[in-house]
Amino acid sequence: MAAIFSKRNVVIGLIVLAALFPYVARNDYYLHVLTLAFIWMIAVYGLNLLAGFTGYLSLAHAGFFAIGAYALGLLTVKAEMGFWPAFLLAPVITTGIGFLVGIIALRTKEHFFAIYTLCVGYIIYLVIDKWEGLTGGVRGLIGIPAPADIGPISLSTPIAQYYFVLTILLLVILVIYRIIHSLTGKTFIAIRNSEDLALSLGISTIKNKLLSFVLSTFFAGVAGALYASFIRFIGPDIGNLNITFDLLVYMIVGGIGTLSGPIVGTLLIVWLSQNLQFLQDYRMLIFGPLLTLIVIFSPRGIVGFIAGWFTNWKLRRKVNINQAQEQAEEV
Amino acid sequence: MLETRKLTKQFGGLVAVKDVDFSLEHGKINAIIGPNGAGKSTFFNVVSGLYRPTSGQVIYKGKDISKLPANKVAELGIARTFQTTHLFEMATVFDNVVVGHRLRTQSNLLDSIFRTKRLKQEEEKCKEKALEVLKFVGLSKSVDRMVTNISQEEKKRVAFALALATDPEIVFLDEPTAGINPDETAELSQLMEKMAQQGITICLIEHKMQMIMKLAEKIMVLNYGEKIAEGTPDEINHNEEVIKAYLGGSASA
Ligand SMILES: Nc1ncnc2c1ncn2[C@@H]1O[C@H](COP(=O)(O)OP(=O)(O)OP(=O)(O)O)[C@@H](O)[C@H]1O
Ligand SMILES: [Mg+2]
Repeated sequence: MAAIFSKRNVVIGLIVLAALFPYVARNDYYLHVLTLAFIWMIAVYGLNLLAGFTGYLSLAHAGFFAIGAYALGLLTVKAEMGFWPAFLLAPVITTGIGFLVGIIALRTKEHFFAIYTLCVGYIIYLVIDKWEGLTGGVRGLIGIPAPADIGPISLSTPIAQYYFVLTILLLVILVIYRIIHSLTGKTFIAIRNSEDLALSLGISTIKNKLLSFVLSTFFAGVAGALYASFIRFIGPDIGNLNITFDLLVYMIVGGIGTLSGPIVGTLLIVWLSQNLQFLQDYRMLIFGPLLTLIVIFSPRGIVGFIAGWFTNWKLRRKVNINQAQEQAEEV
Repeated sequence: MLETRKLTKQFGGLVAVKDVDFSLEHGKINAIIGPNGAGKSTFFNVVSGLYRPTSGQVIYKGKDISKLPANKVAELGIARTFQTTHLFEMATVFDNVVVGHRLRTQSNLLDSIFRTKRLKQEEEKCKEKALEVLKFVGLSKSVDRMVTNISQEEKKRVAFALALATDPEIVFLDEPTAGINPDETAELSQLMEKMAQQGITICLIEHKMQMIMKLAEKIMVLNYGEKIAEGTPDEINHNEEVIKAYLGGSASA
């Protein structure tokens, strides 16, 4: 049984499932919800790289998501730039601002860092909300173009957009996977574990923390740009703290510091939200306790819980501890 | 090779290290002793670059390194362990140690994303280094065990291995045998001797007098941040001030 569920097969299976989904579901609404969930996942991956693997919890993430979205919106609508140049430039702009914020924010640690970034996030929101001349203020920005055709391939139908976003998501996951499993990722993890130890091992914590921060804003920017081109209308609310907290919930429920946590958490919460829509804001009565339970009983979320269970199961079967741990680390 | 000149570290009004002149015996085992709160760990923290000295200098190979950040100091070949091991408990021994050689690699983000040849070579290098130092400290069999599941003594060995993975010339060990039984202490002493035989200069902080007297060739005694004595174990044993500091020095101060 273990052979069928090897990591490789699971990954291939999931990709096939995602690729077939539009034909199985045959429902534009579900397609819309899932495409949006993919976009959130990209943002959550960015947050997870910083908070989960480097140990710095940024509460400005929705702010950077909004910067990516507004960058794309403003470049296409106001500067009348073509879609693709704008789509490439938006994450670059986000990353540039992320770099500047990071230099200052990373002078702080732990809860001070969280509070500082909370303020930064709110300032970004305020700027978007109040700077009507540029952003359109509360009225928002309308008429953002969908992704332009690539040669003969049209990206204007819901199915095409679904595949487009899925492709970007898979790329993001690949990049994150490689970062985590390389010397760069090990460096981040060393910093998360103990900055003093990392320093005394010759790791430049300043440089590496900034790298992780900038990367996290890059992924937020990509997600934001995708969001703007998918929804085609943006308002200041996307930079609101609510969004940061949504992303946090996706990450924590799925499993902070795990590779598949962002997928699991986002899918689960989005699915729950859909099914509990009739409860309106009372949904929080379910999410609140759920989150609390997870934080108490499985700090590494659902994925951490399953990985731990899987490790034990393997141990009980007296399989080499080594392999079990590897599996647990890599899910 | 490494010496301090009038090294001073102040925390607000508290002078934790005061005007300490000290030089390490090259290739030997050096020790720093002193009562609790004497400033031993602070001395380490300043020398290893974690803290900036308030005044004074740390000279290494003729260069003043007192303004360098800790990671640069490590690059120069000065490694250290901490009084409480800062290991990542939820990872394997190997995973903890493999990052120890990172400072001798060049791979950057792009290498990682594109999995370049350089990255693969350097990852291999880090792996080999980790296995080599784990073998050296006698943990070859525990490579794949989780750090939470190993003994306190083994954790100390992992910390040694991490320091060794940086290819150091000097290793500072902060209370390497704290919380460890006498038999294990003897084994760790042997390991330190083995390190010194490899040409590594060692400087350790210890409270276990018997062990230090046997192990060290040079000892410095700190009391309230000041060096009150320095010399061979024999000289220290017969030093009036040291005896006073250890037998109720705090009462007379
Ligand atoms: N970061 C710091 N901030 C303020 N005071 C400090 C700091 N680090 C150490 N001290 C103070 O400096 C003095 C020396 O502490 P240090 O840890 O160097 O002593 P020590 O000799 O290592 O003691 P022990 O044997 O208990 O480890 C103590 O009074 C301690 O409270
Ligand atoms: Mg100490």
